[in-house]
Amino acid sequence: MSQDASLQDPPSLPPEFGAGPLARRNAAITEAPWVRYILIGFALLFLTGFLFLPLATVFVEAFRNGWRLYLAALIEPDALAAIRLTLLTAVIAVPLNLLFGLCAAWAIAKFQFRGKALLISLIDLPFSVSPVVAGLIYVLIFGAHGWFGSWLSDHDIKIIFSTPGIVLATIFVTFPFVARELIPLMQEQGTDYEQAALSLGASGWQTFWHVTLPNIRWGLLFGVLLCNSRAMGEFGAVSVVSGHIRGQTNTMPLHVEILYNEYQFSAAFAVASLLALLALVTLSLKSYLEWRHGDELAATRKH
Amino acid sequence: MSATPVRRARSVIPGFGITLGFTLTYLSLIVLIPLAGIFLKAAGLGFSGIWEVVSSPRVLASLKLSFGAALVGAAINGVFGPLLAWVFVRYRFFGKRFFDAAVDLPFALPTAVAGIALTALYSPNGWIGQFLTPLGIKVAYTPLGVVVACTFIGLPFVVRTVQPVLEEAEKELEEAAASLGATRWQTITRVILPTVLPAILTGFALAFARAVGEYGSVIFIAGNLPMISEITPLLIIIKLEEFDYAGATAVAGTMLVLSFALLLLINLLQAWVRRRNASAR
Repeated sequence: MSQDASLQDPPSLPPEFGAGPLARRNAAITEAPWVRYILIGFALLFLTGFLFLPLATVFVEAFRNGWRLYLAALIEPDALAAIRLTLLTAVIAVPLNLLFGLCAAWAIAKFQFRGKALLISLIDLPFSVSPVVAGLIYVLIFGAHGWFGSWLSDHDIKIIFSTPGIVLATIFVTFPFVARELIPLMQEQGTDYEQAALSLGASGWQTFWHVTLPNIRWGLLFGVLLCNSRAMGEFGAVSVVSGHIRGQTNTMPLHVEILYNEYQFSAAFAVASLLALLALVTLSLKSYLEWRHGDELAATRKH
Repeated sequence: MSATPVRRARSVIPGFGITLGFTLTYLSLIVLIPLAGIFLKAAGLGFSGIWEVVSSPRVLASLKLSFGAALVGAAINGVFGPLLAWVFVRYRFFGKRFFDAAVDLPFALPTAVAGIALTALYSPNGWIGQFLTPLGIKVAYTPLGVVVACTFIGLPFVVRTVQPVLEEAEKELEEAAASLGATRWQTITRVILPTVLPAILTGFALAFARAVGEYGSVIFIAGNLPMISEITPLLIIIKLEEFDYAGATAVAGTMLVLSFALLLLINLLQAWVRRRNASAR
């Protein structure tokens, strides 16, 4: 709290200044107490209405009919299948995007080449595409009426309405997370350490493993955290390619939708509460990283 | 891509070829080629074909709702976002760090969860809905519900864009203004607001862009009545389920072009912010 005091109220003056001209000058760059209380009040009211009440709703609705129904909704076979598929999707999508993020950041941060700015913009592209469109592009390619549709069905390969399609759509929507976290961080750090290690005889792989990786570990973890949270929670893109086959191509968010549309509200909110819990854990870890290792995350990071 | 490292580092640091190669291959396979596919498919329809789909009343109504609700939601965030950023940067109060961290909740909460929670909250017997219903305000299953969802998901964009700019803003300028006889209100509107305005606009545009394409948190609360509360992404899915691939592609292509235009605008805004901040030093 105390280290960022300069960002907050003007420093309080020693008591001997009393309410003299200097004290007034400090008061001149802040608002009257009643204005402050009203502004803080409005801000917290807004947060409560838009963030805390929806979050509380999830848990209250989940437990509305008691613990036993809550647990029953979670261990029912279709729910378990959905949890398994969600975990499987994340386990494939997150490492792939992690590998991509590392490669992209290495190439962009450690070398100069033409078209770099364009490449960075292209990496961010998936964030500005509607999730539904993200799903649609794969249906147009791999779907029954898509370009490879007949070839795929001839060879008995199923991508759309099956796990590979769900994984692909998830990779697309979580594509930039790790890369956009690492690129500014590694750009800030430059190449001095790597050059020193290499000139002392380390191999390229040793340099990466013992020099680069320890420097970027918190940023890496940060990116993976956000990537995983989105991968497990993605709804729109996955909804387009999944086909909604219960117990087979249903991820947790899709399972929530099906239960909700069948008016099984308690069960829907029970599964939703697991996802909300994941969000809370992600947020806590993220805040902890920002608080504890903020200086080792990229200063130029944008959300 | 001409891969000629200009630095001398070229000879020292290894792995340029393989990392850039993998980056470009992965990017092309996952993002660029599939996205290009949609434009190729849309081009096959021809301009008149696309226009025929997009100008149908149902699509037009959905575009109007998606863009209109996103605009209103972004505008609400354009007011409350800077307020939150201001309160977090300038004031001290109990639990500030907690509230500050909570702003990112819409990023972290899966959209479907947010969707059903907002619906339960604003339905006629929900915690908030029960107070609005006697006043004749219906939120759930109306376009107003779409606005609520758009506000929810857009909030962090504005707060997180404005907050760092406010933190960087120099208090000396405010002191100078005050010592020259400006009232606090004048200082806020003439000194502080111009400094953060570009950031507010950027946050507004980011929130808007996200809300336009949003699906999960909107469809539960929207009610999805054709012509009234049906958003464009849902219409794409409906067309797809009817095997109307051409229609879905035309609508999706239109949305893509609009969101890329927005992206360009955001980049220009951000460049403007950087230039202004640089020249203010």
